[in-house]
Amino acid sequence: MADALLLYRRLIAAQVRSQLQYRASFALDIAGTTLITFIDFLAILVIFHNVPSLGSWSVHEVAFLYATSCIAFAFTDLVIGHLDEFPQLIRQGSFDVLLVRPRGTLFQVIASDLALRRLGKALQGAVVLAYALGGLDVSWTAGRVAMLALMIPAGAIVYGSVWVAGACIAFWTTEGGEVTNAFTYGGNFLTQYPIDIYGRWARRLLAYVVPMAFVAYFPALYVLDKPDPLGLPRVLQFLSPLVAVVAAALAGLIWRAAVRRYRSAGG
Amino acid sequence: MRLASPRLDWEIAKRGYRRYAAYPAATWAGAFTNTVFGFMQAYILLAVYRHRTNVGGYDAADAVTYVWLAQAMIMTVYMFGWRELALRIKDGSIAVDLARPLDPQRYWLAFDLGRAPYHFLYRGVPPFIVGALVFDLRTPSPLDLAVFPVSIALAVVVSLGFRFLYNSAAFWLVDYRGVVTLAIVVSLFFSGMVLPIAFFPDWLRVVAHALPFASMLQVPIDVYLGKHDGFALPGVLALQAVWALALLGLGRLALNAGRRKLVIQGG
Repeated sequence: MADALLLYRRLIAAQVRSQLQYRASFALDIAGTTLITFIDFLAILVIFHNVPSLGSWSVHEVAFLYATSCIAFAFTDLVIGHLDEFPQLIRQGSFDVLLVRPRGTLFQVIASDLALRRLGKALQGAVVLAYALGGLDVSWTAGRVAMLALMIPAGAIVYGSVWVAGACIAFWTTEGGEVTNAFTYGGNFLTQYPIDIYGRWARRLLAYVVPMAFVAYFPALYVLDKPDPLGLPRVLQFLSPLVAVVAAALAGLIWRAAVRRYRSAGG
Repeated sequence: MRLASPRLDWEIAKRGYRRYAAYPAATWAGAFTNTVFGFMQAYILLAVYRHRTNVGGYDAADAVTYVWLAQAMIMTVYMFGWRELALRIKDGSIAVDLARPLDPQRYWLAFDLGRAPYHFLYRGVPPFIVGALVFDLRTPSPLDLAVFPVSIALAVVVSLGFRFLYNSAAFWLVDYRGVVTLAIVVSLFFSGMVLPIAFFPDWLRVVAHALPFASMLQVPIDVYLGKHDGFALPGVLALQAVWALALLGLGRLALNAGRRKLVIQGG
């Protein structure tokens, strides 16, 4: 494990160095990412120009959901966002090369890139988080602080698991990047809003089967000390870390099963 | 000598259609993603209508219809960025394009007018049908329904005019990505893609209506929703046509200026 981390650091350090070669381009990229993610928040502000609350949620509470899910997603996107290009690896047959190297295939795919520009999204999320916390009167306890610190990595792992599981579609179809988008980018969009506003079926599928409700909604209820508009058991508010572990394990199993039945396209 | 014949345009348009028709799996996957986003946005706007019955002249049925039409049009008007011309400038292929007895802008316009019907039929219609099955959507009058495709066609031309223009920035900038990102952000927001312009605060609505982007999305949707009656209907079509001509004109100026500036690195 320690050995794998060391190797990851080396591979990624090379990536980072190359991305920092062109400072101006890099700065522009970061600015671009920040800007393009900012429109989603602009939409929230415009919505709240029309209404005082969305369901039972105030603008600062929605901003809290938005910010935490955004930061979590940014980290996932940073570390494994390049899985979007994974179907090409399968189509061109370059995945075969990974199979003969003495490392896990998933590790190699993940360690092949780290797009630093995606930090722009985290930056934007941090600014919105400051705005949210500035407008909220959270009575901070050790538990709430711990939850805020935990919900972001847990959320990132949930997103990451969905992404990995989604990428496995490519083993069967050699395509499928776009379907995964519906769950990754779609999941990110979903979690920016309180899930109680969605219709029952959309909620069941995207919030519980794909466990997006555990990214921001449930932990946020606890941190903000809000009664659950859906009236679900309070224990769900503490389950995000566990859900993250289970999701990651499932994603790992799916990946392993998919690799086992992989047949090279040749190339 | 320049070749300019409707027959040639037609042949190019057919190729535009076929190029995208060649990847049906990608199309279905994309339509699925559009459907998922349609659901989420529809529920978000419906949550607004729990507090209001009318926002900027839209009732709940108008707003939900808007969402599904916007999802149907997002690929048709190619809102998420188009870099083909910029790439050809960057890698020098534009020199070959300019040497051909065929105007590049007219080529891309014909190509895009072939592409758009494909995306409308296969990326637009299926999500809209799903939306219509689940939500109560507005039924257009026969006249509005007849004018709708005309308005979409004009929207595609406005969009191509704009895309051609921001792509030609690559004549002057080695790293054109910043310009492209900015162009996408501005057009996504001010076209009404992120939220209907009717939801904007008054001052922002004035800004949005003074810009060409409303002609890419908001105008055709308002035609469908019957927001323009009597002489207003030909009026908005004329507005779209004016923006189309203005943007194509600016694109032509940029192309001519770029042609003089162009230095090909050899290869």
